[in-house]
Amino acid sequence: MTADTPDLYQEIILRHGRHPRHAGKPDRYDVMSRGDNPMCGDRIELFLSYGPDGRIAGSHFDARGCAISIASADLMAEAVAGLAPDEARRLFSRFGDMTRTGACPAGDATMEHLRPLVGVHEYPSRVKCATLPWHALMAALDGRGQATSE
Amino acid sequence: MNHLAPAALDVARIRQDFPILSQTVRGKPLVFLDSAASAQKPRAVIDAMLHAMETQYANIHRGLHWMSERTTEAYEATRDDAARLLNAADRAEIVFVRNSTEAINLVAHSYGRGVLKPGQAVLISAMEHHSNIVPWHMLRDERGIELRIAPITDAGDLDLDGFERLLEDGRVGLVSVTHMSNVLGTYTPAGRIVQIAHAHGAKVLLDGSQAIVHRRVDVQALGCDFYAFTGHKLYGPTGIGVLWARRDLLERMPPFLGGGDMISSVSYERSSWAAVPHKFEAGTPAILEGIGLGAAIRYVESLGYDAIAAHEQTLTDHALARLSAIEGLTIIGRAQDRGGVVSFTLDRAHPHDVATLLDRSGIAVRAGHHCAEPLMHRLGIDSTARASFAAYTLPSEIDALADALIRVREFFG
Repeated sequence: MTADTPDLYQEIILRHGRHPRHAGKPDRYDVMSRGDNPMCGDRIELFLSYGPDGRIAGSHFDARGCAISIASADLMAEAVAGLAPDEARRLFSRFGDMTRTGACPAGDATMEHLRPLVGVHEYPSRVKCATLPWHALMAALDGRGQATSE
Repeated sequence: MNHLAPAALDVARIRQDFPILSQTVRGKPLVFLDSAASAQKPRAVIDAMLHAMETQYANIHRGLHWMSERTTEAYEATRDDAARLLNAADRAEIVFVRNSTEAINLVAHSYGRGVLKPGQAVLISAMEHHSNIVPWHMLRDERGIELRIAPITDAGDLDLDGFERLLEDGRVGLVSVTHMSNVLGTYTPAGRIVQIAHAHGAKVLLDGSQAIVHRRVDVQALGCDFYAFTGHKLYGPTGIGVLWARRDLLERMPPFLGGGDMISSVSYERSSWAAVPHKFEAGTPAILEGIGLGAAIRYVESLGYDAIAAHEQTLTDHALARLSAIEGLTIIGRAQDRGGVVSFTLDRAHPHDVATLLDRSGIAVRAGHHCAEPLMHRLGIDSTARASFAAYTLPSEIDALADALIRVREFFG
């Protein structure tokens, strides 16, 4: 599958989708949230821990879903580590823009890290797969237990 | 049925009837294997709707002018088409609805709330679409009517012994089951279901959304009490479907929605209902869609159900053989009597990823829980990919699917 392999399924997505580094429920966490995509049945449980400075210390997840949603959750965990909650909210907004428009802002190291998912904009039905972990993250930051990518 | 084999479908010619099938998608010829979600439309349906709009369109059942009379005739002719399609005894037994979901909701509302009594039960199967689960949850929660679930085997057949056991206490007032599973492709043994249910005093609703696309349905021979189908899976437009019910049941049932067209007279104090079927058809209906459905029914009849069923069997056998041979692929649903809806999973690849990669090859399949989450849980899976076939499906399209799946499998290693 070379000529007709979509850009979305780059090696990095496959690697994160198959061997996520942040999968599994951690022993300790501060807040848990759940994200559901009722249209397809994908589900993620997100476990967030904060550092003493109030910044995000770590993000882990337990998910059932496609390669895109798992890879997105894993890349998100890397991207938000060390961010203050408001910084993570702004990143959520920029990530949403990227998945909708297909434009990844240049010169932004954090967005560059999320760039492998830019191809999802070509597949409107799959954008929700990529954003589901982010909706769960927003729910966790807001102290809500439940989120949906609808 | 005569003893001769049905004339084979001339699929190449049939494909010329469907303008959309000559499309390319992402630079590849379209391979449309998602007809169970909604079928493509033949020129006859498109033209019937266009013709009505261009030459005679007006509201129906009330205008005193030529346009309204012509449109009423065309719309009401579909009631005759539907009665003939189902072999209904009486055209007044054909109630137009938006889709199968609305048909089942109509029964849940009017029969469930109007005829069933608290303490009675409704029996569905473990392989129902959400549209044949949720209305019964709503009825249960509102009226104290129990909901029972008939088991299925691991292969995806209805467990008839388990089904009958759930009827033995005589409290089941209504059995509501699919005639063909939208996930497993299973044809349920509708005749036996009706016999058993009636022996225990229960009425039977069959959800024919999938079955009527592939097999001749004779409601009098089946002996059922309600039959629901939707137009858009039968090569017709969206927004129009049929609930067939025995006239005596329709007479006993209170209306579903209130409004214009469904009344006999209205004063500020009270209303009286129109005769069936109009009692159940409030408001201006889907006029053009109704006209389109008539064209779709006549189109299917012109192909002939014997030929359609034989073609589907050939496609299904071919698909099962080709897909089964793919390493790591599991067919979900191995019922003995099954048709052209084939669900599968692939090791190491989520069905959504499979569907997106197939789409890249111009192949349209569905992936997800197919509005049958309880069935997914029963089978111990979250989702499947699903290929489904129609009269215009070619064996070579199944080969294209199988070849692409082999590449997907290699891609995900």
